[in-house]
Amino acid sequence: MSIELGHFALILAFAISCVATVLGYASWRTDGRLALFVRQAAVLQFLLVAASFAALIQAFVISDFSLLLAYNNSHSLMPLLYKVTSVWGNHEGSVLLWILILVAMGAAVAVFGRKLPKELLTLVLATQSLLVAAFTGFALFTSNAFARLDPAPFEGRDLNPILQDFGLAVHPPMLYIGYVGFSVCFSFAIAALISGRIDAAWARWVRPWTMLAWTFLTLGIALGSYWAYYELGWGGWWFWDPVENASFMPWLAGTALLHSAIVMEKRNALKVWTIFLSIITFSLSLLGTFLVRSGVLTSVHSFASDPTRGLVILSILAVLIGGAFFLFAMRASALRQGGLFAPISKEGALVLNNLFLATGLGAVLVGTLYPLLLDALTGHTISVGEPFFNLTFGSLMVPLLILVPFGPFLAWKRGDLVAVTQRLAGAAGLALLAAIVIFFLSGMHVSLAPLGLLLGFWVAFGAIAELIDRSKLGRIPLGESWRRFKGLPRTAFSTALGHFGLGITVIGIVVTSAWQNELITTIGKGETVSLAGYQVRLDQLDEDVPGPNYTADHGEFTIIAPGGGERQAIAERRIYTASGQPTTEAAIQTYGFSQVYIQLGEDEADGRHVLRLWFKPYITFVWLGALIMALGGFVSLSDRRLRVGAPKPRRSATPVPEAAQ
Amino acid sequence: MKRLLAALGLMLALMTTAQALNPNEILSDPVLEARAREISSGLRCLVCQNQSIEDSDADLARDLRIIVRERLVAGDTDDQVRDYLVARYGEFVLLQPVFALHTLLLWITAPVLLIAGLVAVIIGVRRKRRAPPLPAGLTAEEQAALDQLEER
Repeated sequence: MSIELGHFALILAFAISCVATVLGYASWRTDGRLALFVRQAAVLQFLLVAASFAALIQAFVISDFSLLLAYNNSHSLMPLLYKVTSVWGNHEGSVLLWILILVAMGAAVAVFGRKLPKELLTLVLATQSLLVAAFTGFALFTSNAFARLDPAPFEGRDLNPILQDFGLAVHPPMLYIGYVGFSVCFSFAIAALISGRIDAAWARWVRPWTMLAWTFLTLGIALGSYWAYYELGWGGWWFWDPVENASFMPWLAGTALLHSAIVMEKRNALKVWTIFLSIITFSLSLLGTFLVRSGVLTSVHSFASDPTRGLVILSILAVLIGGAFFLFAMRASALRQGGLFAPISKEGALVLNNLFLATGLGAVLVGTLYPLLLDALTGHTISVGEPFFNLTFGSLMVPLLILVPFGPFLAWKRGDLVAVTQRLAGAAGLALLAAIVIFFLSGMHVSLAPLGLLLGFWVAFGAIAELIDRSKLGRIPLGESWRRFKGLPRTAFSTALGHFGLGITVIGIVVTSAWQNELITTIGKGETVSLAGYQVRLDQLDEDVPGPNYTADHGEFTIIAPGGGERQAIAERRIYTASGQPTTEAAIQTYGFSQVYIQLGEDEADGRHVLRLWFKPYITFVWLGALIMALGGFVSLSDRRLRVGAPKPRRSATPVPEAAQ
Repeated sequence: MKRLLAALGLMLALMTTAQALNPNEILSDPVLEARAREISSGLRCLVCQNQSIEDSDADLARDLRIIVRERLVAGDTDDQVRDYLVARYGEFVLLQPVFALHTLLLWITAPVLLIAGLVAVIIGVRRKRRAPPLPAGLTAEEQAALDQLEER
């Protein structure tokens, strides 16, 4: 019964979103009850979709296999967490999760956006409703999650073993908040184009939403990367895989948008470009959804796809993106440009940032789509893989990384490059010193790794240098300097954190790529192998150990670090009962920022096992950097100045309401 | 220059070359083995989903790894090994596509975008310089609207 109610709630949400779209677009000029309805409709859509999602979760939790979706993707023996997460470990459920986040965003705009001009708010919510209508329609007509089975089977067919992991609980929701968060920027852009009103205030409203989406997308990508790293069992963490690219492209566009919105807010320039980026960022999110959901891609990550639905998503995509760009082409020229600036200025640096990010995005986009298009048009099959992306995208990022520290130092309108270079000399010197020291310590092998390190240190130290410079450390008394430091606006810290995190990620990538050690051998019980000073002993090896829904070869290892100290680690090779699919559970131990990665391989004839062992120096920097970037995002979101409508404490005597955004 | 860029690109975005390599496949000559790894990481495992033969544990990937090593031991150059595999399995086996007419667009898109973008920026800057200066910052009307919003 609850399943049918859930289905009905989704149908209602679809109907309401259709009505809200039409009324919103028809009545945005006339202030009044209809506008109020559009706002209420946004909240209502959220409540209804949440109810229908809850119905699915309930069916999965109680293992109601009369629900086709639960039968196909769940198993009564799975732990409770995986029963819940398997709701979105499949096509229908993940589409519904996507919609749930979309309506949550719409409701958030309706609730927190009460201070927005009525016309803008109505148009934004109408556009959100249009998106809801398109995707609930898609879910209802092509991806029904509520189909029943009669008679109900006794047991489900289990969740794909690779997905039976905590990663599924956090990675897709984070990624989807990122993807779908950009829908708000999209709706703001459409609203601006329709109403013809776009000013610095518009950029100020859009920025927190961009920041929110970007922050979660950063976390989602980092989580996905770490998940792939420990789950796929061969120690890789980024594969330039089409599905990864699908999440990376909105990230690149979103990063560019974040920076161009600053220019628009502060200097009223780059309006057309910012609108364009808002549209393109969400379009890339939609494209990502299409690529992953339609089955046109083969990838290590695509676990839930169906080619027959591809055409429907493609049509939605064509109408939404096509419509948006048509509107853009019609109206963009009407937007008044403002804000004059010299080439060497903060604006100039941000324009270059956007240029390199957009070009990098172009390289990733063409690399992802070209083989599909070439195959479709000429039947010629080629592969575009890691070497292509490393070459094209990598070389575009070098100038960008060199530029990063200059940006925050340059003044608006007209900057002084010589003065900025002088203020950055300390950071540059330190970066050079660090790179040279590591070059000597690592045995002076001539390679490009020290240059990569130099870039990473330059970006990281440059970020710190800006904070030091602004608090005038060393130039004024220490106490005074501390007071200045505490008084810096949150945006200064968020910029510094974002750039510092980028530097840390670059350092992690370079070090782990250049100096990782590996050992591939066979090992028997009681034997010890050594790698990079670490001793690894196989203490115990049990074959065919039963787990809850799998059997495993179970190896217990002792790792002895170079400085003494022993740790136990367990690596497994599992065969899942229901599907017969093997997975590897690597043993990973973290020492400082480095990791020892043990993979228990196939068994050999004489009771020995293949052992693949890696020492990955500073690999955690790769994700740590991303976490620091996301932290920068949260710091920025907590900045009062971004929350338009919040009364300023100095001028207002009344207590500050918390909810204002 | 192209090689420098290639190397820089590799260095920056290089991911770890992980193996599904078996111990008995590894060549005793470390120089040959290093070349085999280098070649393998650029070859696609044809039956897998976007993995190089280095990373894959599929049987076909194993066969290809062994072929690469056999050819190297027989004295082939790196290019000869690649050509041999392309002749047998087609261009699909190469993870880095060749530079040819049918891949022209693929390779030139990024450089063309960069150059076009630079030209557009330069033209934009010049045009703005020649144009009569606009009032800097917000207009009085916009400032009033912004103040009003912040007041609320």
